[in-house]
Amino acid sequence: MKFSVITFPGSNCDKDCVYVLKDVLKQDVVETFHDESSLLPGIDCVILPGGFSYGDYLRSGAIARFSKIVNPIINFANKGGLVIGICNGFQILCEMGLLSGALTANKSRSFICDEVYLKVVNNKTPFTSLYKEGEVIKVPIAHGDGRYVSKNIDKSQIVFQYCDKNGNITEESNPNGSVQNIAGIINAKGTVLGMMPHPERVCESVLGGVDGKRLFKSLCHLHSLFNI
Amino acid sequence: MTTCTIKPNKELLTKLKLTADEYLKIVELIGKEPNEVELYMFSVMWSEHCCYKNSKALLKEFPTKNKHVVVGPGENAGVVDLGDGIRIAFKIESHNRPTAVEPFQGATTGVGGILRDIFTMGARPIAVLDSIRFGDLKLPRSRFLFSGAVSGIGHYGNCTGIPNIGGEAYFYPTYNENPLVNAMAIGLIETKEIVKSNASGPGNPVFYAGSKTGRDGLGGASFASSGLTEDSHKDRPAVQVGDPFCEKVLIEACLEAFKTGYIVAAQDMGAAGLTCSTSEMAAKGNVGIEIDLDKVPVRTGTLTPVEYMLSESQERMLFVVKTGFEKNIIDVFSKWGLDCVQIGEITDTKKITIKHKNKIVVDMDAKALVNNTPVYKREKREPEYFKENQKFNQDSIPDLKREEVVPILKELLASPNIGSKKWIYSKYDHQVQANTIIKPGGSAGLIRIRSLHNDMTTKGLAATCDGNSAYVYLDPCLGSKIAVAEAARNISCTGALPIAITDNLNFGNPEKPEIYWQLSESVRGIKEACLEFDTPVTGGNVSLYNESNGVDIWPTPVIGMVGIIEDVELVINHSFDKAGDIILLLGKQKNEIGASEYLYLRIKEIKGRVPELDFNLEKTVQSSARELVKRKLIKSAHDCSIGGLLVTLCESAFPNDLGFQLIADCPQPIARLDAVLFGETQSRIVISTDKNNLQEVENFLKEANCPYEVIGEVIKEEIKIKSLNLVTKTADLKLIWENALAKFFE
Repeated sequence: MKFSVITFPGSNCDKDCVYVLKDVLKQDVVETFHDESSLLPGIDCVILPGGFSYGDYLRSGAIARFSKIVNPIINFANKGGLVIGICNGFQILCEMGLLSGALTANKSRSFICDEVYLKVVNNKTPFTSLYKEGEVIKVPIAHGDGRYVSKNIDKSQIVFQYCDKNGNITEESNPNGSVQNIAGIINAKGTVLGMMPHPERVCESVLGGVDGKRLFKSLCHLHSLFNI
Repeated sequence: MTTCTIKPNKELLTKLKLTADEYLKIVELIGKEPNEVELYMFSVMWSEHCCYKNSKALLKEFPTKNKHVVVGPGENAGVVDLGDGIRIAFKIESHNRPTAVEPFQGATTGVGGILRDIFTMGARPIAVLDSIRFGDLKLPRSRFLFSGAVSGIGHYGNCTGIPNIGGEAYFYPTYNENPLVNAMAIGLIETKEIVKSNASGPGNPVFYAGSKTGRDGLGGASFASSGLTEDSHKDRPAVQVGDPFCEKVLIEACLEAFKTGYIVAAQDMGAAGLTCSTSEMAAKGNVGIEIDLDKVPVRTGTLTPVEYMLSESQERMLFVVKTGFEKNIIDVFSKWGLDCVQIGEITDTKKITIKHKNKIVVDMDAKALVNNTPVYKREKREPEYFKENQKFNQDSIPDLKREEVVPILKELLASPNIGSKKWIYSKYDHQVQANTIIKPGGSAGLIRIRSLHNDMTTKGLAATCDGNSAYVYLDPCLGSKIAVAEAARNISCTGALPIAITDNLNFGNPEKPEIYWQLSESVRGIKEACLEFDTPVTGGNVSLYNESNGVDIWPTPVIGMVGIIEDVELVINHSFDKAGDIILLLGKQKNEIGASEYLYLRIKEIKGRVPELDFNLEKTVQSSARELVKRKLIKSAHDCSIGGLLVTLCESAFPNDLGFQLIADCPQPIARLDAVLFGETQSRIVISTDKNNLQEVENFLKEANCPYEVIGEVIKEEIKIKSLNLVTKTADLKLIWENALAKFFE
């Protein structure tokens, strides 16, 4: 499977994604700079990584969405190409209009870095097929603007929700005040995923967890099925 | 003689904090009377912050070499070799004075500055740590300074994408007005050769890259070298303003540019800005440098030469580029959207020559600014308080009664000095870069190393910052030895071997004999301990004049230590793993309560004899812990330090919501009850092991001649001390501990 990881000025999880895909999951990865005018041919999945694109000075993701590479990504997504936005990448996807809603300042008004539990509420997506429905996984978050807000939420588009150890969706287990504890959503077609937690940080046991690995593996699994 | 013709402007000299003697020395060195710009340049280069004039004579005592050290003091950062082609740059730096007047920007730029020291050498920053000290959190001002500084540290590290893997935080009234913010950064060298700061090759162009120059941080180095007064808030323009986004792209651009091999030398513009970077690069390379200020990118068009030379605008770099390859370098920076312009060239005059509007405004020997700085050996005097405290008799304090143990334990766990620091580190990204193995909250932070040059390596790097200033105040030499020993112990608890240190000496006004005594005693202690542990000093920072309205802070040396572990799969942390595991205490129990947080709680002042330190015992305990990790015989190891044994056991029980029970005859009645439970006797490590490995662990410890005691067992949910008939719920204690800082911000 061939991934393209986009680097905007200020991206800081781009190298982590490249490393996990290439060295841990042994996939093809292309590093794509924001000022390129097209994606390379043969890309199966585009990843918008975490970080602080353009310092997030105006509003998280607001400047990045004017990058040259953005229109090619929109075209790619419109044709059914798979796209994942993690953290700042999620914020950029919302700014790009590929996902609905917006990410605003955490309820606590401060940056939060912690490990949180997520409930996989939808495993019928290309990104989550290897998780069980309702499974509880542990994934780190690290963001200042992670409170998801949206007027109309189609239940079927919710992929991950913040929950407690036992999978209960509670107010205490919602780290940033997101509506309906939403941690990750998908577009109507089911091809574009945005999530605030960082699956790429939990793909090796030496780092204390492997719950993020199946997200990338789900994609590879799907790809191999199609190739067969 | 030139002296008779000299008419120094006395008012200007006072303003610039230069003495008449220093002025005469300047005249002698440059062979003429300095003009205004030149005098300003001397004032910042000869400030304590830049030239260590009050500490240099002492610092030269430090050991600086062992088999790991590749670059010692004198460069932007120290470098150690870990084998497998892995070289690590690391250094600590303070930003105390700026934080006292503008906490967010003060702390932010502290992190920014230390990161630049690291990547200037061709190293990618892979971790930061912070060692911070603030006043009594009951005071609104302390809370303002503390929360502002934490936000600032977090903002810069988070945005640049560098994990914060540990640190320390203490709160004592001595820091009410003069907080301390020390930041340590660690980088992995990515270039073939370590990038140095000595310029060479007359004719080579000098480039300026990064942010534009503005008026912020004017004279920051001199500001940082004087005490705080009622009027210090007026110095706010001396505080720099940070832009971490710019730093992030600067990191990427610089590392890419260094890898071209066309950069001859590099220096960041930190303290003393253009003045320091131009003169140091020329002096170190034994060449001259010529700069045209009109070519320097500016935020505003009306800077005066003094402002150009003294601005401490952040995120700026100076390079010497190989002639003919200018475009290669410019292209890299423009890819990242950064200014990169030629502002001058290297000459063979050994002079620093600065032009402004076609006039030469500075023309003097570069070495005069850098190499011939004043060195002061001050008068020292043992302070009265020290003599007085040595007489303290701990028997004057009644021992604890059984029923007082739990209330005292709760009070200690609720103290901001002992309680959980999660309120701080949850605001710092500690996992970005996907290498963090031990996160903040453990004995030491630990990351694995992923090398560009060697993808087979299994090595990891442990790092910690330590310094108990209460100990150092009461006994500067012993307290400083303990700071080094404790850092090494923390590193050893992860299984890693301590290899080198960087130090930050935060002291009061060295012109007072008592303060200079503290400084010299502390340096002596660090030196002796570093020799014992074979952890040389690779560089660091000195911050003097930490006084406010004439009152000095406690002497506060901070030891930033790094250690190496060969295989990260072996690493253990401080948390108990499961009920049924056996708990052992390595080291010896002593009858000591002096200088402890417990005693501070009881008598509301820091008093008493600092715990003894026996280097041989300390080394045996540490090497035994490391060997047990290597043999995979233990599951956790935790340094027993501030708060004593019970606090240490609680800290190991909390992460996995476990408990512990002490065996029937523990504590043994050989010492005071409070000394056993809350005393801060050194050289102790609490370990836990699977029942099935206990015999093997004991055999090893006997063989290694390491004193130890089996003290209890890990159990579920409760804390039980049979000999005291004491049972309490872990969860209740954990809540108190977790809330120790948060409660001040509700």
